[in-house]
Amino acid sequence: MADSTFPVPGALEAAPHGRRWSQAAFLAWLHDWVVTVDHKKLGILYMLYSIFFLLVGGVEAILIRIQLVRPDMHFLSPWVFNRVFTMHGTTMVFLVGMTYIFGFANYLVPLMVGARDMAFPRLNALSFWLTFFGGILLYYSFIGGYGLYGASSAPDTMWWAYSPLTERAFSPGHAPDYWALSLIVTGFGTIGASINVIATALCLRCKGMTLMRLPLFVWLNVVTSFLALLAITPLTAAQVMLLIDRYLGGHFFDTQAGGSALIWAHFFWIFGHPEVYVLVLPAFAIANEVIPVFSRKAIFGYPAMAAASVGIAFVSLGVWAHHMFTIGMTSVGNTFFVLSTMLVGIPTGIKIFNWVATMWGGKIRFATPMLFCTAFLFQFLIAGLTGIILSVAPWNWQLHNSYFVIAHFHYVLVGAIVFCIFAGIYYWYPKVTGRMLSEKLGKWHFWLFVIGFHVSFDTMHVLGILGMPRSIFTYEADRGWAPWNFVVSIGGFIQAIAVLVFAFNLVHSYFKGRVAGNDPWDAWTLEWATPSPPPAYNFAEDPVVTSRRPLWDIKHPEDPDWRYE
Amino acid sequence: MSTLAVAQAEREQAWVQPSKGRVAMFCLILAESTIFTIFVVAYVYNIGKSLYGPTPQILEVPIWNSIFLLSSSLTIWLAERAVEHGRIKSFGLWWALTFVLGAIFLVGTGIEWHKLIYEDGLTISTNLFGTTFYSLVGLHASHVILGLIALFTVLMFTVTGHVRKEHADRIQVLALYWHFVDAVWIVVFTVVYVIGR
Repeated sequence: MADSTFPVPGALEAAPHGRRWSQAAFLAWLHDWVVTVDHKKLGILYMLYSIFFLLVGGVEAILIRIQLVRPDMHFLSPWVFNRVFTMHGTTMVFLVGMTYIFGFANYLVPLMVGARDMAFPRLNALSFWLTFFGGILLYYSFIGGYGLYGASSAPDTMWWAYSPLTERAFSPGHAPDYWALSLIVTGFGTIGASINVIATALCLRCKGMTLMRLPLFVWLNVVTSFLALLAITPLTAAQVMLLIDRYLGGHFFDTQAGGSALIWAHFFWIFGHPEVYVLVLPAFAIANEVIPVFSRKAIFGYPAMAAASVGIAFVSLGVWAHHMFTIGMTSVGNTFFVLSTMLVGIPTGIKIFNWVATMWGGKIRFATPMLFCTAFLFQFLIAGLTGIILSVAPWNWQLHNSYFVIAHFHYVLVGAIVFCIFAGIYYWYPKVTGRMLSEKLGKWHFWLFVIGFHVSFDTMHVLGILGMPRSIFTYEADRGWAPWNFVVSIGGFIQAIAVLVFAFNLVHSYFKGRVAGNDPWDAWTLEWATPSPPPAYNFAEDPVVTSRRPLWDIKHPEDPDWRYE
Repeated sequence: MSTLAVAQAEREQAWVQPSKGRVAMFCLILAESTIFTIFVVAYVYNIGKSLYGPTPQILEVPIWNSIFLLSSSLTIWLAERAVEHGRIKSFGLWWALTFVLGAIFLVGTGIEWHKLIYEDGLTISTNLFGTTFYSLVGLHASHVILGLIALFTVLMFTVTGHVRKEHADRIQVLALYWHFVDAVWIVVFTVVYVIGR
């Protein structure tokens, strides 16, 4: 953890200190943040937005768990329960998942490739604000307009909004409209941001940064962005069709006029399954940076890791109908999607082995980021295994729409993605703010969260096997589900406490944390060669790199990496 | 940033990277192609599924319209070559011709729709065929409109004398989009007027 002594370009500019509060200064500060096109500020805005909605979605999860803690509860009405779990899913996928990607990518991709900003700074700002207002629009549905039941019109059709439930006849009011419009708007934001990430990583690399020297973080974000371009757009198209049906009297999903409700399911999952990989690949990207630095070894199998990411992206485009085994497909269709789904296990397996091989024989430092990444490895393995179980069509017929499925995908979304987000925040917080997050609070956060996670989601698998279906607002006492649900809810509360510890840590350390210095983790990628926080222009002179670990070369001129590449 | 790095042999090689405008436009085209794919799939899937109302037999093949649109790809290519070599006047003429051809296509679509709506009684809400037809052809037409707005903007810059040889790269990026709009028409034409009729 020693401060390194290599020259830091741009360190001459002192950060402004001790600004006095006044209304004019506050307005100037606010104006600066609203009109900014700086990739670092936009990255921070994306992250704050993501963390804010993580808390909102978390509150919704807690409401669900309170309602289900005992049989025959009346904490929420069935109608409110439907809205709450729809909004929980939509929020977590679109407002948390899709924004943390671009939070990290915006902040880090230009720094890692040695550029001064993203390729299109203004497009970057436009993308963020589209996403921002899309999210606001979604939540405005709670108070705006009139709904089916009078009180509000928040969407209540689940996050996949299966047709024909979303047709005018079955969902009057504006609930599906808010859902579709806000996701079209955030989708445009995603397309803009993805284009920006790709253009930055391919066209703005500093001298010597060949494609085979790009940090794996950047590689994976490029793959993610390509996948997002291919995955978000089918949803946009399907939502446009839904709006045509609802507003212009179209018949796409209107079975009474010959339309098809089934085709919505296909269109949605053509988006929905690659979306899972859009969300998880940036989490892998974080693990790819954290695990080597804290194992004190270069990543094992760099080309295999890059190739496996591309492989995952390709395979993920052909597996969507494994969400639809119970809809009734031909046996050829079933077999195809069983096999293609199982195929995903190969590139992901390569990744897990490579991470383990990176840790193997390393001098592992179990700082908080590494703790989260270690837990991620185990949990992601289990999530993958239950995924293979669910990919077998007969198993799927048994377990479909049960809590087993919920447990499986929360293992991916929380056990893998959220754990990696936390690892990434603990790892890069010093770079962004100039201060370390408290390690002590970090360890509390980690242990509470990992315990709460397993209490909740391990137990949920059992509930699924016992036959509890998802999305039911309550259950009878004689079903035998009560003790399990009680345990799941307790786990949920423990996770909530852990997240509160984390939120406190974020705020507290910003003011009181230990000053970080430029390179607190003794890391190897270019962002650590800038001051913390980096100046607006990132690098005073354009860096030149000669290997995958430019800072290693500078710190160890006697044994540079490029000799071995 | 480090003397060691500069000492490397790579200093000798020129450091070339792809043009960011082109990369971004290809990404946009990739995303747009996916949207079109979904609409085309919805069209093909629903061919002959309409339970009542007019059928695709009422469509007339817009041969001339298609020739106008597709030839605009050639004229915009000639405009690209002209600006690349600094022949601004000839660029302006080819560019204006491209705009006119695109506009004729749009007017042609308008005439076709007018006939469908007022003579055949087919609107987007009439039946399933109407829904899929107007949304697919309309999706393409809306892209033509966007393209025409972009073409017109450049045309105004040309008329006021602001376009120079060094803008060739940006103009070619924009032209990529127009080529895409033309190429998609081949797909839409095939699906709607050849396969679907």
